[in-house]
Amino acid sequence: MATVIVVTSGKGGVGKTTTSASFATGLAQRGYRTVVIDFDVGLRNLDLIMGCERRVVYDFINVINNEANLNQALIRDKRVENLYILPASQTRDKEALTKDGVERVLNELRQNFEYVVCDSPAGIERGALMALYFADEALVVTNPEVSSVRDSDRILGILASRSRRAEQGDIPVKEHLVLARYAPERAHRGDMLSVDDVLEILGISLLGVIPESPAVLQSSNAGVPVILEDDSDAGSAYGDLVDRFLGKSLPHRFVTVQKKGLLQRLFGGS
Amino acid sequence: MLLHFPYQTDSEPPPFELKGSLFTLTVLHLFQLDEAAIERRLAEKIKQAPSFFDNTPVVIDLEGMVLPPEGVNFNGLYELLRKHGMAPVGVRNGSPELQATARLAGLPVLPESRSSGVSKKSERAEPALAHAQIIDHPVRSGQQFYAPDGDLIVLGAVSAGADVIADGNVHVYGVLRGRALAGIKGNAETRIFCHSLEAALISIAGRYRVSEHISPTDWGKAAQIRLMDDHLVIEPLIR
Repeated sequence: MATVIVVTSGKGGVGKTTTSASFATGLAQRGYRTVVIDFDVGLRNLDLIMGCERRVVYDFINVINNEANLNQALIRDKRVENLYILPASQTRDKEALTKDGVERVLNELRQNFEYVVCDSPAGIERGALMALYFADEALVVTNPEVSSVRDSDRILGILASRSRRAEQGDIPVKEHLVLARYAPERAHRGDMLSVDDVLEILGISLLGVIPESPAVLQSSNAGVPVILEDDSDAGSAYGDLVDRFLGKSLPHRFVTVQKKGLLQRLFGGS
Repeated sequence: MLLHFPYQTDSEPPPFELKGSLFTLTVLHLFQLDEAAIERRLAEKIKQAPSFFDNTPVVIDLEGMVLPPEGVNFNGLYELLRKHGMAPVGVRNGSPELQATARLAGLPVLPESRSSGVSKKSERAEPALAHAQIIDHPVRSGQQFYAPDGDLIVLGAVSAGADVIADGNVHVYGVLRGRALAGIKGNAETRIFCHSLEAALISIAGRYRVSEHISPTDWGKAAQIRLMDDHLVIEPLIR
């Protein structure tokens, strides 16, 4: 039976889709049959970041409405084996996400995959609620910034009270924190919250810290999940994150200020 | 500005007005219509509290009443009760036949009572204050927990943007960053306890203080908050 994982945050623009794309790609690279679903109906982005935009024929809503079957809608990734994408519809809105429909599609995917990754839209409305409702685990993506942390806290409350596991009194959804766009120097200067600040407020376990990196923008413009850029800092941070998710114990990188050399200290900018 | 009903003329004040109102009335639960027995029992009651039976309005409850084969003489009952200082104003419950007979005797039928529900509630009220609601997880932003009639105990942090509210005390075994309101029905004896005071707002029985008026010496400390002489007092939590 597959594990359903929602990638969520509350706030927009914090790196949910980037994380979904890299996380799903990383799981597939490690040999697990993985599908990633775009729940951002009407504003689809996942297919752009995954570089399969021009291959979308049928989408998630078509499957929900029985206008297409899953095999027609699933897009097989060309770079990584075992990886499939279920894109969102561009022309519909989130009301098309019915609970029964989503449940039926997820149940069918559970039969054929080991991991089902749900890329949630921002907000706490229908799209976000449907993305998290059936989840077994959650990656909560946060930036080191007060409003993002507040929204993540809100989403954690919703996971704990309005998910199916909460409603049925099952074991609660397992929560993991992903701290994205982290810049140790700026946290050190007090310009942004530190890893410890965020952990103290949210009180959940830290799965990974993704550094602020130009590689993220470059790769998403190129339609390549950043995890495939394994010589980049963000790419290797996502690699660590996936390994930790699968049970490896790895130290967190990119969380402390790199010591500057003498010349850098004399001539370096700040 | 005064609002007038359309049918009301300015010059002539209306002779009366109809308004709904609530009364507490004595209810006489009638089980059987044995006039002699009723009279004996009434005489006893009057001896105990003579002042009570001075034109006291009563409602006759027919719920437990067994319909006698010879029918019910409500007129006789009415006279009997009047004689002993009671003024029957109506009947309630009972079978449709009984109610019809009462109506014929000029006694109006009052709507179904909710007395069973009311009495349950009042039975519960006494032990309920000792009853606490326990939240065994952190209270997140946007969540609100309210413990009616008792204490609220949170085993974890209360996030900024969350509310913890109780008719009794509020206990937070963690950091209190949100809003905590104790004694919201006005109980000034209630208190707030927390492991670390970083609250957006604290309130007891309607007296409140926002975070900017919490002294830096109390901030981030284990504290109890209570009312003294109608003022909120923050004290270190004694261990």
